[in-house]
Amino acid sequence: MAPSNKTLFLKGVKDGLPICVGYISVAFVFGMLCLERGVGVGFGLLISATNVTSAGQFAGLDLILAHASLLELAVTTLVINIRYTLMSLSLSQRVHLNLWQRAIISFCNTDEVFAVAMQADNELNFAYMLGLILTPYLGWSLGTLLGGTVTGLMPLSVRSALGIAIYGMFIAILVPPARRERPVLVTCVLGAALSCLFYYTPGLNRLSSGWTVILCALAGAGFAAWKYPVKEEEEP
Amino acid sequence: MSAGYILACTAVMAGVTYLTRMLPLVLCRGRIRSRFVRSFLHYVPYAVLSAMTLPAVLYSTGSMLSAAAGLVCALAMAYFGRSLLSVALSSAGVVFLVELLQKLL
Repeated sequence: MAPSNKTLFLKGVKDGLPICVGYISVAFVFGMLCLERGVGVGFGLLISATNVTSAGQFAGLDLILAHASLLELAVTTLVINIRYTLMSLSLSQRVHLNLWQRAIISFCNTDEVFAVAMQADNELNFAYMLGLILTPYLGWSLGTLLGGTVTGLMPLSVRSALGIAIYGMFIAILVPPARRERPVLVTCVLGAALSCLFYYTPGLNRLSSGWTVILCALAGAGFAAWKYPVKEEEEP
Repeated sequence: MSAGYILACTAVMAGVTYLTRMLPLVLCRGRIRSRFVRSFLHYVPYAVLSAMTLPAVLYSTGSMLSAAAGLVCALAMAYFGRSLLSVALSSAGVVFLVELLQKLL
C-alpha cells in the first residue's frame, strides 16, 4: 500500500530539518550584513523570503549597495543561479506533480532541497515536497530576521560551527551511494577534483561559482553517463 | 538608497532566480527518451554536490583545521550510514570543540 499523503508530508518535514539547521546560520549572516550595511532587516527579510538562494542573495546585496543597474543585477543573478536549471531538469524526471504543483515547488528548489529530494526513496509527490520545503523556507526567513535583529543571540563560535552543517549534510547524501556504486564514486571524485582545479588555478578561479558548478556537473555527470549508462527501467 | 530601488532589485533577483528553477520543471514534464541524457541527469546530483562541497567545506568555518576535523567526522559518520541530521550536527559539534581547543591552547 502506498503511504498516505500525511505520512509523506511528515517524512518531508523530517527530511527537511537538517537543511533548516544549516540555513539558519547562513541566513543569520545575511541578516547581519543587511543591518550593518544599511539595507535594513525588513528588506533583508523580503529578499530572503522571495529569493531563497544563498550565493545569489549575497552577490545581489553587494550590487545593491554599489547602486548597480537592474540589468547588471539580472545578469549576475542569472550567472550564479543558472545551475538551478540543471537541477530542476534532473528533478523533473523524478517528481509526480501537475503543472501548478511544479510551479509552486520550483520556487524553493534550492541546492539542498534538490539534493535531499533526489536521494529520497519515496514517491516525490506534492505532499512530500511541501513538507520538505517547509522548514528550510522558515529557517531561511527566520535566520535572516534573527541575524538582523538579535545579533548577540548566536555567538560567533556557534555560527562558525554551524557553517559546516550544510556540507556535512551533502557528505551524508554522497557517501552511502558512493560506497555502493562505483559510477557514483567516480562522479563524486571527478566533480570534487574539477571544483578544486577551478578554485586553485590562477585565471580559472576568476570564473563565478555558478559557472564552476555547471562546468563540473557537465563534465562529471557527462563522463559518468558515457562510461556507465544507467539501465533501462520500465516506468512504474 | 531609495526603497523603490531596493524593491525593484529584489523583484529582479527573485524573478530571475524563480525562472531558472521553474522553467525546466514546468516545460519538461514528459519522460526524456535518450538513454544518455537520462544517465546524465541521474549523475547530476552527485557531480553538483561534490563540486559544491570541495573545496568550499574547508573555508566554511573559523579555521581550516576545524573545518578539516569536521570534514573527517562527517565522512566517517556518513560511511557508517548515519542520518543527514546526525552527520550535519556532529560535524558542527566537532568544529565547535576544535575551535574551543584552539582558543584555549
